[in-house]
Amino acid sequence: MPHKIAQIRLISSHPEVYEPCDDSFALVDALQADCKNLIGHRPNICLEIGSGSGYVIASLALLLGGEAWRPYFLATDINPHALKVTSETLKAHGVHAELINTNIASGLEARLAGLVDVMVVNPPYVPTPEEEVGCEGITSAWAGGENGRTVIDKILPVADKLLSDKGWLYIVTLTANNPSGLCIEMKKKGYESRIVLQRSTEEESLHIIKFWRDPEALLEANEAKMSNKAGNGNAIGSLLSQLSHVFMEK
Amino acid sequence: MRLLTHNMLASNIKGVANGFPLKIEVGQVVEKHVDLNPEFLKNMFAKLDYKVLVEASKTMGYADLPEQAEPSMLESEDFLRKLNHALLELHLEEGALVCPETGRKFPVNKGIPNMLLHEDEV
Ligand SMILES: C[S@@+](CC[C@H](N)C(=O)[O-])C[C@H]1O[C@@H](n2cnc3c(N)ncnc32)[C@H](O)[C@@H]1O
Repeated sequence: MPHKIAQIRLISSHPEVYEPCDDSFALVDALQADCKNLIGHRPNICLEIGSGSGYVIASLALLLGGEAWRPYFLATDINPHALKVTSETLKAHGVHAELINTNIASGLEARLAGLVDVMVVNPPYVPTPEEEVGCEGITSAWAGGENGRTVIDKILPVADKLLSDKGWLYIVTLTANNPSGLCIEMKKKGYESRIVLQRSTEEESLHIIKFWRDPEALLEANEAKMSNKAGNGNAIGSLLSQLSHVFMEK
Repeated sequence: MRLLTHNMLASNIKGVANGFPLKIEVGQVVEKHVDLNPEFLKNMFAKLDYKVLVEASKTMGYADLPEQAEPSMLESEDFLRKLNHALLELHLEEGALVCPETGRKFPVNKGIPNMLLHEDEV
C-alpha cells in the first residue's frame, strides 16, 4: 500500500505564500520513495526549514505518522503568513507540527543542536539580484541571490549544527546552485551525499540531495586538514595555510 | 506551542549570553490528547532540561510533575503519563515568551511563537 501524502485540495493558501510547485512535488516524491528507510530510521525529531504552504511537512507527518513510532515535527518559516497557512494545512490533514516564525532556525540552534534526525528544506534557490533575498512578501520564497546560493549557504551550517549523529538532510537544489559543488563542500564537513531525485521541468532542472554524516568522510576531512598543517614547517608556510583556510571557509 | 518546544527555544538576540529558559507569559492554554509513546519520552528525557519543564508546566497551571526526576522513573507508567501531559499535551495558544536577560517579549499567537528579530537585535 502506498503511504499517504498531503492532498492538494486540502492545502490552504494565501496570496503571499508559496504554493506547492514542481520543487515541492519533487521533494515529497523523494521522501515518499525513501519512506521505508525513513520509517526504519525511527527519527525522534524532524524539522522543516521554510514550510510555506505546509505541503511538505504535512506529507512527512503523514508518511511517518501512521506507525506506532511517532516523531516530533517542527517547522519554521520567516514569513508569518506561511505559518498560518501551514497550520491550516496540517489541521486539514489531522496532523500536528510545532511551528516557529523565525529566520532559518534562529532561537533553536542552542538547544536543538545535535537532536534533529531528519531535516527537509526546499529553500529559495532561484538566482536573483542580492537585494531580493529575504525581502518582504512572496519574493523571499524563491529569491536566492547569486547563483541562488545565498540562503542555501546560510542553511547548511545550521543543518550541520542541528543534525544528530544519525541525521539526514534532504534539500532541493537547481543546476545553477552547483549541486555537485555542494556535495564536495559538505564532504569536507564529514557528510556523504546522494542525489536521490533529478527532474527536469520546462524551466529548471531540480536535484534533491540527501546528506548524512559519515564517520569515514569526517575522518578523511580531518586528516586532510591535519596534513595541510603538518606540511608547513616555517612561519610563512603556516601563515599561507591559515590564509587558505580563511579563504576556504568564506 | 508545546513545552517540549519551549525546552528547545532560547532568546536569539545578539549579545544575550543566557537566553534560556524563556519565561512564559500565559494568555491561553489549551490541552490536546496525545497517545503515550514511552520510547519517545525515554529518548527525549535524556535531552531535556527537566527543571525548566517543571517550572514551565507550573506556569501553565499543571503542578503534578515531581520536582526531581531520574531515568529509573521512566519505568513508571504514572510518571510517563505526567511527562507526556507536560511535554506534549499542554499548548501555549496565546501569550508570550520573555527573554530572561533583556525582558524582550516574543509574542505567541495561535500557538506560533514569533522569534523574528528587529534589525538592531541581529
Ligand atoms: C521555495 S518555498 C518552499 C515552501 C514549501 N516548503 C514547499 O516546498 O512548497 C521557500 C520557503 O522558505 C521560506 N524562507 C525563505 N527564507 C527563509 C529563511 N531565512 N528562514 C526561514 N524560512 C525562509 C519562504 O518564506 C518560503 O515559504
